[in-house]
Amino acid sequence: MIPAAFDYVRAGSAEEAIALISQHGDEAKFLAGGHSLLPLMKLRLAAPSVLVDLGRIKDLSYIRDTGTHIAIGALTRHHDVQHSALLATANPLLAHAAGHVGDPQVRHRGTIGGSLAHADAASDLPAVAVAMNAQLVVQGPNGTRVIPAREFYRGFLESALAADEMLTEIQVPNLTGGTWSFQKFNRRAQDWAIVGVAAYKHNGTAGVGLVNMGSTPIFAAATSEAAANGASAVDAAALSCTEAEPQADLNASVAYRTHLATVLVRRALEEAA
Amino acid sequence: MRFWLTVTSAISVTPLRRDKKLTAQIYGGLRMQINITVNGTSHSADVEPRTLLVHYIREQCGLTGTNIGCDTSSCGACTIHMDGESVKSCTVLAVQADGADITTIEGLASADGTLHPMQESFRQCHGLQCGYCTPGMVMAAVGILNENPHPTETEVREGLEGNLCRCTGYHNIVKSVLHCAEGASK
Repeated sequence: MIPAAFDYVRAGSAEEAIALISQHGDEAKFLAGGHSLLPLMKLRLAAPSVLVDLGRIKDLSYIRDTGTHIAIGALTRHHDVQHSALLATANPLLAHAAGHVGDPQVRHRGTIGGSLAHADAASDLPAVAVAMNAQLVVQGPNGTRVIPAREFYRGFLESALAADEMLTEIQVPNLTGGTWSFQKFNRRAQDWAIVGVAAYKHNGTAGVGLVNMGSTPIFAAATSEAAANGASAVDAAALSCTEAEPQADLNASVAYRTHLATVLVRRALEEAA
Repeated sequence: MRFWLTVTSAISVTPLRRDKKLTAQIYGGLRMQINITVNGTSHSADVEPRTLLVHYIREQCGLTGTNIGCDTSSCGACTIHMDGESVKSCTVLAVQADGADITTIEGLASADGTLHPMQESFRQCHGLQCGYCTPGMVMAAVGILNENPHPTETEVREGLEGNLCRCTGYHNIVKSVLHCAEGASK
């Protein structure tokens, strides 16, 4: 399978990438690791006329402790997030979840920014981002703005990013000393989750995000609040689907998904107790 | 297939609208010169931006050991090493690999034909049946040991998560990788 023809340009910096995407209009797309976009293009489900390759912007690949949070460059690969010594102590939930994206080959190419901006509700990392309310730094022609992950996802494969904006940095909290759990239920090793759960507890706060329980990644607000206030795992998990809007597909009915989410949230909260 | 089915039903296919100038550029043969080092040999070629790395390797370089299996980055038959790390060459554009150092299955054995220890281990442990997945399996397996020279059996199985063997010969494949790791530690 070969993608439809397109023009290809390489950006050397975020500023250049934004200038190029502005110049080429909304038929242009950013290309990071390409592991979400290229499969869609090969199936001709996407046919952008111009690709702006971000892959050579090396200064957007980093993981740093700023003192207030952990800052991760958008072009940091899943492999580097998974094996980061800093994240192993400061945010092991994110590192662990990154290690469940695709398979080793995919993680050598795919990037955290690409995965979050692609806005697939069935992907693991967007649910992790809403669980801990990561702050997403977005750059456009008129400067930068910061969008909380819980306000970033707008609909199926839709985010708050404007056509000429680029996700440049992901800021996640330092959760050192907290507890966490990541539950992913799928039938085969590299499948997307039928349902997934990302949960953490840290200093009296708690956050739970759901994978594939709606058209966007879901922040389970009621469950998170109950867990933060000391409710039992069973009681907090009973509220799991308050905000969810699960849909049926070949793998699972709505009733099955709802039950599965409740079970997985309970397990996650027990593990993160 | 969940994802593709959902996408098909939920969004319309982006129409191929282009202005005349751009269309002329594309179909006028807008090609790009790239240079990729494959198994130590530098290859230059003019390619369309949409050329996949696996097609470049097979058709431009004439190295057909790298197989195309599923073509959807699931099966791993097209696994090669790009700058020392395993990647699926069906999901990389050749233009993205411009300047990269690529190793394919043909680049593993020595010039005199001596097999790479991983190839030898697959031979010793009968780590293949029909052989179609084997080049990708071997490249993925070498990648596992590069990152983790002494993996547990579980780590080997997880490391091969991205490679499918439709003969289901996983048991001996895992045995081959562990055999190779043991050989390296002696």
